[in-house]
Amino acid sequence: MRAIVSLTAGALFGMGLLISGMTDTRKVQGWLDILGHWDPTLAFVLGGAIVPMALAWRIAGKRRHAILGGPLSDPATSKITPKLAIGSALFGVGWGLSGLCPGPAMASLSYGGWQGLVFFVAMMAAMMAQPRVTAAIAGAR
Amino acid sequence: MPIDWIWGLIGGLMIGSAAALFLLLNGRVMGASGLLGGVVDGSQTGSARTNSVIFLVGLIGAPALWHVSQGAPDTHLTSNVAVLIISGFCVGIGTRIANGCTSGHGVCGISRLSPRGIVATVVYLLAGAFTVALARHALGLI
Repeated sequence: MRAIVSLTAGALFGMGLLISGMTDTRKVQGWLDILGHWDPTLAFVLGGAIVPMALAWRIAGKRRHAILGGPLSDPATSKITPKLAIGSALFGVGWGLSGLCPGPAMASLSYGGWQGLVFFVAMMAAMMAQPRVTAAIAGAR
Repeated sequence: MPIDWIWGLIGGLMIGSAAALFLLLNGRVMGASGLLGGVVDGSQTGSARTNSVIFLVGLIGAPALWHVSQGAPDTHLTSNVAVLIISGFCVGIGTRIANGCTSGHGVCGISRLSPRGIVATVVYLLAGAFTVALARHALGLI
């Protein structure tokens, strides 16, 4: 049952990204391009996504367990750390350069051509290397 | 096009519903970078890992089925290999250091008014806007 939920949520997420236009990098870069021909679509996508999720958090707050059993994720940490800011800044630079973030990069994998594949491989390589890179930086200090 | 915002809103509601299902039924936060990253760096194990893989199959597979039946939507992705590699690397490493991306910090974080989610979103939006301004308008790179 959990597997069916995972598959359904993944499929719904992917189709939502496709239908909303978020796998079109021109629309994403258009949203970030405040000096050019600004495209407000992303605001509607984010706004639309926040509504059901805000309801879900309210319901989750009244429950101890997930409906299918097991713990209900409650990211208790609210610390604003340098890692959060540095990581997000790096992510923003990459996002602006290509117009792709992790969700749309995967949703468009089948139709993004070799360009989408190059981005995806570079992103995965970086994700694999990240624990070692972070440890090396921490060790050097 | 003027109707783009309607598709944006419908797609957004689908994304939010997917995240709501994943949280309430499976008890997990739907963050694309966390689910992929946890699988590729080996930090997820057991049934969590299995469910992440299944989620990713749906995420890649459903648009692929659409692509086969309805034709390929245009991604307008750059063909500059250096830009693609640098961009992919920054997205991969940045989202893992920050522990989240547009779905985890943006959709799931802002909707519970998480200070971390809000700060992360403001930072990556500003960095993204600055990058586009610099790379497009100052350097003509993208």
